[in-house]
Amino acid sequence: MDILYLLIPLSLVLVFLIGAVFWWAVHSGQFEDLEGPAHQILMDDDEAPVRRSARR
Amino acid sequence: MPAASCYHCGLPLPVVSFPVDVAGVEHPTCCRGCQAVALTIVGHGLEAYYRHRTEPSSSPAPAAVLQELGIYDLPEVQRAFVSSVDTGEEKEASLLLDGITCAACVWLIERRVLQVDGVRSVSINYATRRARVRWRDGATKLSAILGAVSEIGYAAQPYDAARSDAVLARERRSLMWRLFVAGFGMMQVMMYALPAYIDDGTMTADIEQLMRLASLVLTVPVALWSAMPFYAGAWREIKSRRLGMDVPVALGIIGAFLASVYATVRASGDVYFDSVSMFVFLLLGARYLELGARAKAAQAQERLVRETPAVAERFDRYPAPTCSERIAAAALVPGDHVLVRPGAAFPADGRVVDGEGAADESLLTGEARPVVKQAGDRVAGGAINLHGPLTVRVEQVGEDTVLAAIVRLMDRAQAEKPPIARAADRVAQYFVAALLVVTAAATAAWLAIDPARAPWIAIAILVVTCPCALSLATPAALTAATGALYESGVLVTRGHALETLARATHFVFDKTGTLTLAQLRVTKTMPCGGRDAAECLTLAAALEARSEHAIARAFVSAAHAYPRPYVLADFRHTAGAGIEARLDGRVMRIGTPAYVASLHGQPVPGAAQTIGDDATLVALGDGNGWIAFFTLGDALRPDASSVIRALRAAGKTVCLLSGDRTARARQLAHELGIDEVRGDAAPHDKLAFVRALQESGAVVAMIGDGVNDAPVLAQAQVSVALADSTELAQVSADVVLMSERLEPLLAAVGTARRLSRVIRQNLAWAVAYNALALPLAVAGHVTPLLAAAGMSLSSLTVVLNALRLLPTKRDRIRVQALVNGPVGRDGSDRVALAPSRPSADAGVTA
Repeated sequence: MDILYLLIPLSLVLVFLIGAVFWWAVHSGQFEDLEGPAHQILMDDDEAPVRRSARR
Repeated sequence: MPAASCYHCGLPLPVVSFPVDVAGVEHPTCCRGCQAVALTIVGHGLEAYYRHRTEPSSSPAPAAVLQELGIYDLPEVQRAFVSSVDTGEEKEASLLLDGITCAACVWLIERRVLQVDGVRSVSINYATRRARVRWRDGATKLSAILGAVSEIGYAAQPYDAARSDAVLARERRSLMWRLFVAGFGMMQVMMYALPAYIDDGTMTADIEQLMRLASLVLTVPVALWSAMPFYAGAWREIKSRRLGMDVPVALGIIGAFLASVYATVRASGDVYFDSVSMFVFLLLGARYLELGARAKAAQAQERLVRETPAVAERFDRYPAPTCSERIAAAALVPGDHVLVRPGAAFPADGRVVDGEGAADESLLTGEARPVVKQAGDRVAGGAINLHGPLTVRVEQVGEDTVLAAIVRLMDRAQAEKPPIARAADRVAQYFVAALLVVTAAATAAWLAIDPARAPWIAIAILVVTCPCALSLATPAALTAATGALYESGVLVTRGHALETLARATHFVFDKTGTLTLAQLRVTKTMPCGGRDAAECLTLAAALEARSEHAIARAFVSAAHAYPRPYVLADFRHTAGAGIEARLDGRVMRIGTPAYVASLHGQPVPGAAQTIGDDATLVALGDGNGWIAFFTLGDALRPDASSVIRALRAAGKTVCLLSGDRTARARQLAHELGIDEVRGDAAPHDKLAFVRALQESGAVVAMIGDGVNDAPVLAQAQVSVALADSTELAQVSADVVLMSERLEPLLAAVGTARRLSRVIRQNLAWAVAYNALALPLAVAGHVTPLLAAAGMSLSSLTVVLNALRLLPTKRDRIRVQALVNGPVGRDGSDRVALAPSRPSADAGVTA
C-alpha cells in the first residue's frame, strides 16, 4: 500500500491543475456563450466567396 | 408556398418582386429593403450566409440613415456606452442586436463589421444577442459600424454594458467558479472518504491520516471560498436580527469543518469533510440555476431602455422659419419643438402642433388600433408615429412621462407585493432558533455530565440536524420544476411563482393581446359589385400592399393565398382615411366608407351598417360605386377557449379585465364562458380590481401582455406574460410563456401543483428525520459516521423526490409534437385539448 503515499498527493496535484485550467476557462469567458461556437464551426471562413452552384 | 416567398425574409411575395442575384441564380425578394440587404450581403462576398442559415432572416428594419447614426459619434452621447482602451487609441462599445434568427446571422454580422476599416475586433454572443466591438479611434467611427450592421438588415444599438451586464456577468462567473470548486472538491473528497466507510480494520493509522490530510486540503477551498455566499448571507441575517436558513447552514458548515480539522490535527476521530463539500455543492447548484433564470429576465429589462429613442430632432427657433438639429433625447426640455418622422418613436410626451398622422400606442395601452393624431392631440413618449411627419411641442420629459409613470407604478406594486418567500423564512426562523437553543442546552448539560464529550455532542447535534434536508427541500424541488417547465416552454423568473401559482384561486386575463392575438384580421368580406370575395380581397391587398398600417397587414396576410393579377399605380395615402391608386387608369379607393363614398357619392348599403361595434369597417370602391366591404377584428388565440375551459374544470375562477369597451369585453367573456368581466379599465382600475379580489381573500394569477398590464402584473400574487408581449410586461411577470400559445399555462399550473406536493413531502421528511435524529444526538447515541450518513441520506432522499418533477422521456416527446404540431384554426381545438389533460389529472390527484 506504500504506493498510496505517492498516488494520493499526486491526485491532489492533479486536482489543483484541473482547477487552475477551469479557473482560466471561466475567467476568459469560455462559458459565456455555450450555443454560438457550436454553430460557428460550420461556417467556413476561407471558402471562396465566388462559388457557383450555391444551392444544391 | 415556398415558391412565392421572399428569398431573404421568407414573407409572401407581393405583386411585383425585387430580384436579386445570389451566386449566379436569380431570386425574388419582397421589398426594396430585402433587396438592398441581399445585394449588400452579396456585394461584400458574404453570400455563404444564405447557405448556412437555418431560419429565414427577419425582415430588415428600415435602414438607418448614416446621418441619423451620426449622433452616436458625439462625445456626450458616447460617454454612456463607449470606453477607451489601450491608452485611448482604441475604443470599445457594447451593442444590442436585433433581428438575429440563427447562428448564420452572427457569422454574417461578424464578417461584415470586420470588413469596416479600422475595426480591430468584434465578438457576438449568440445566446444574449449582444456584441462587443473594438475599433481604432480616428480610423473609423461608431456610426460607420452601426451603419454597416444596418445595411445588412439588422438593428444595432449601443447600450451601457457597465450598468447591468457586467455586474451580472461577474456574479455568474464567480458563482460558477465556486460551484466548480465545491463540485470537484466533493468528488475527490468522496474518493478519500470511501475507504473509511468500507474499512474492515485493515487500514493503517498512517493511511487513515493521509486520507484525512488529503480531504482537508481539498475541503479548505470549499469551506473557505465556495461557501462564502452562505457566510455573507448568515452575517446579513444576524445584522438584521432575523434568523434565516443561512445561519444554521453557515453554523453547520463551520461546525463540521472545524470539528474535522480538529480530528485531523489530533490524527484520530472521524472527519466530515465529504459531508461539508457535498452540502455546499448541492446548495450552490440550486443558487446557480436560479441565477440563470433571473439573468434572462434582466436581459429583457435592458431592452426597455429603447422604448424611447435616444435621438430627437429639435427645431431651433420654432415657429420662426427654422432648421432642425439632432440632439440627444435626454437633453430635451418642456417647450421644445421636435419633428417626429414616420416610423420613429416619440421622444417625450407632448402635444401635436402641426401635421397629421397616426400613432401606434399599443405599447402603452395595449390597444392595437392606430390612433389618429392631429394638431392639439396629446402624444406619449415611446409610442410610434405611423405616418406623416408631426411637429410636437414637448410637455413632459424623463421621469414625468407616461412611460416613466407606468414603470414607477410597477415598481411600487412590486415592492408592496406580499413576499411569500418570507412566510417560509418565518417558519424556518423558529425552527432554527429552537435548534440553536436545544444545541446550547444539550452542550451545557453535557458539560455538567461529561465535559470531555460535550464539544463532540454539540458538533454531532449541529451536523445531524444540519438543516440540509430542510434547506434543500424547497430549492431542489423548485429547480427541478423550473427545469421541467423550461422544457415545455415556460420560463419561471421568480422563485415563489410556482408555489403561488399552485394556490391561485382566480385567473385574471387581459383581453387584447392575451386572449386575442392583438392583430387585426379580416373577419368578413361582403362583395357588392360583380367580383367574388377572393377577387375583392386580392384587390384590397394590392391597394394596401405598400402600407405598413395594421389594417394593411391584415389584408395582405388574408389575401396571400390568392394569385395577384393586379398592377396598380399612382398610390396616394390619406392619413386616417385610406389609400387611393389607379388600376388601368381607373381610380380605386380603400378606406373609411366616407372616404370611398366621396369618389362616387353613393350611400353606404344597409348590410354594411349593421356590423358590431367591435369591428372596423373598411370599404373598397371606384368611380362607379362600391366594390366590397370588409370587417376587421381582433382574432382570438386558437387555444384560448380550451385553456379557460380547463381552468374552470379545475375549479378556478376566471376573470376578464380589459381596457376595451365593456360591451365588447362582455361579449367575449360570454363566448368563452368567463365568470367575471370588467371592461373600460385603465391601468389603475385594473390595479383596484385585483386589489379588491385580494382583499376578499383571493390568490390572483394575472395573465397579461402590454405595458399597461405591467402594474397589475406586479400587483397580482403571481403573474404570467406571453412571449409576444412587451418586454416590460415580461419583466414584471413571474412566469413567461415562451410560445405564442396559452396552453403552457396549464402545464405550469399542473407542475406547480405537483411541486407543492413534493415540497410538502420533502418538508415532512426533513422534519421527521430531525425529530428522530435530534433526541438521539442529544442523548449522545449518534456516532459521527452515523450522523454524516444520516445527513447525506436525508438530503439524497429529498433531492431524489424532487427529481420526480423532471419530465420523463414520454413527456418530452409529447411537448415536442405539440411545439411542431399544426396551429391551424380548424384543428386547433383538438390540438389544444391534448396537453391540457395531464394538468387536469394533476389537479384531481393533488
